[in-house]
Amino acid sequence: MNTPIAEANIDVAQVAVQSRGYWTTVLQRLRRDRVTLFFGSVVLAIILVAIFAPLLAPHDPYHASMIKRLKPVGTEGHLLGTDETGRDMLSRLIYGARLSLFMGIMPVINALVIGGALGIIAGFVGGRTNMIIMRAMDVFYAFPSVLLAIAISGALGAGIFNAIISLTLVFIPPLARVSESVTTQVRNLDYVDAARASGARALTIIRVHVLSNVLGAIFIYSTSLISVSIILASGLSFLGLGTKPPEPEWGLMLNTLRQAIYVNPVLAALPGVMIFITSLSFNLVSDGLRSAMDIKV
Amino acid sequence: MLEYILRRLAYVIPISFGVTVLCFALVHIAPGDPLDAVVGADAPAEVVEKLKKDYGFDQPLPFQYARWLGRALSGDLGLSVVNNQPVAAQLAIAVPNTLMLALVATAIGFVLGTLLGGLAGYYQGTWIDKFATGFGVAGVSVPHYWLGIVLVIIFAVELNVLPATGIGPGGSDGWKFDWAHLRHIVLPAITLSVIPCGIITRTVRATVAEILNQEFIQALRAKGLRHGRIMLHIIKNAAPTVLAVMGLQLGYLLGGSILVETVFNWPGTGFLLNDAIFRRDIPTLQGTILVLAMFFVFLNLVVDILQTLTDPRMRRG
Repeated sequence: MNTPIAEANIDVAQVAVQSRGYWTTVLQRLRRDRVTLFFGSVVLAIILVAIFAPLLAPHDPYHASMIKRLKPVGTEGHLLGTDETGRDMLSRLIYGARLSLFMGIMPVINALVIGGALGIIAGFVGGRTNMIIMRAMDVFYAFPSVLLAIAISGALGAGIFNAIISLTLVFIPPLARVSESVTTQVRNLDYVDAARASGARALTIIRVHVLSNVLGAIFIYSTSLISVSIILASGLSFLGLGTKPPEPEWGLMLNTLRQAIYVNPVLAALPGVMIFITSLSFNLVSDGLRSAMDIKV
Repeated sequence: MLEYILRRLAYVIPISFGVTVLCFALVHIAPGDPLDAVVGADAPAEVVEKLKKDYGFDQPLPFQYARWLGRALSGDLGLSVVNNQPVAAQLAIAVPNTLMLALVATAIGFVLGTLLGGLAGYYQGTWIDKFATGFGVAGVSVPHYWLGIVLVIIFAVELNVLPATGIGPGGSDGWKFDWAHLRHIVLPAITLSVIPCGIITRTVRATVAEILNQEFIQALRAKGLRHGRIMLHIIKNAAPTVLAVMGLQLGYLLGGSILVETVFNWPGTGFLLNDAIFRRDIPTLQGTILVLAMFFVFLNLVVDILQTLTDPRMRRG
């Protein structure tokens, strides 16, 4: 698993010219893109399931039962069977959406804010500041992303909070790179020179001209990172570094159900199916949005 | 070109400095005292003080860093706090096992990825293009640790044709080129190969599609060249990009095999790391990560230089 290396070739000038009618075009393109619409509704469904988990889950996800362990899929009263301590699988998968989504999305949001800001500062100020920030980012790039995440959360110890910190650190450098390269492009455009000549302050220029260009690019890039982040976050839990038992989380469930692969293989594979569907849907929605918004990152 | 290569070589120095600092910092971001794993909570204060001195933990951080770096450069990565074995000796066993797995997985990814991606890029819009695109997205979206479990369920539990765990028969911890050992690498290598497979498929497809759009291809067609000959031109132009991606993938797999090694009990660096994390064996954690990260830095360097050498456009620049 890796973070795609960010090479932003955004035609900044073009995006700026299309100010009116741009979003209408994007919506029109999306309406015709059936794949994106389908997987977009899957993403929406998973998010809704996470939010309304208490209403949807048929059982208490923590309620264990010694006599009902590892019941197969289709057992009466337990549609998707029960896990190794007799807890209802369907309820745990539904509740699992909460932690898995939270741990997958939070690092990307954090990194979006921190990496985006670092990139804008580096790109706008330029010179030595740029060098220091971007070289520091290069050091993090020198680690394969999985290794970096595991190294940091391994040193910090298990826990949801530590897992989120380590994943945030993994995603800051790529986002900083994208926003730096877009900012550098914008900074040298004529209309920014014009704004500067007319007496606009740096903060105003950043707010009006730079942000409007950078946000689209890093937003699209972050949506593609969510898929990686969900796999990595569940991977950390799978290793025992993220959530702790008895919390329902897909990666952790996959780990604890490994002992059941000889008894009830279908059951043991279920949590991974959820991770796969979620990450696949986010990936395809990201691809669709990218082509609809005509952004190449 | 020579100037570029020299600059690229010089660039390794600050990066390696950063990498070593980060690895060194791992000990200090770990909660609690680094000696916690060595001494019990009820150890007398003087024993703790003496150990602190022995390990050098009483000195200021830059000193500790310099000492640690000096030792690491001479191949001494310290002792595991769990079994008192030198970390370097443990790595000498684990690294070849991981390298073996990563190389086989990259090879599978390369062959399948270039084949599918090439066909998809050449025959855009056909069923094979759709299949390859779907395969590429699935490859980068699948949680590979889950895929490993699924493969074990199918081939080891249900069909019983391949072993579920280990590197060889009967707790073997080294590699041999015989069928008994070869059987063990099949499932972990396939599992690990899905990511490079997906990424290489996508890259090759995009590269081939881009090359096909260029004017020289039209010229070749106009000249009356057959498909096969045009394919040769495409391969020649796509090779540098594809090789670069493949090199990077090998690096990612070396660092990323931990999850797969855990699923298959493969005695490599990932397995070592996993063990170190759970026993709070920070020297082993630190040493393993340092070695893997430096390997990645080195691989990046080789890829960049090879790309400069193979791509005439870059040679001029």
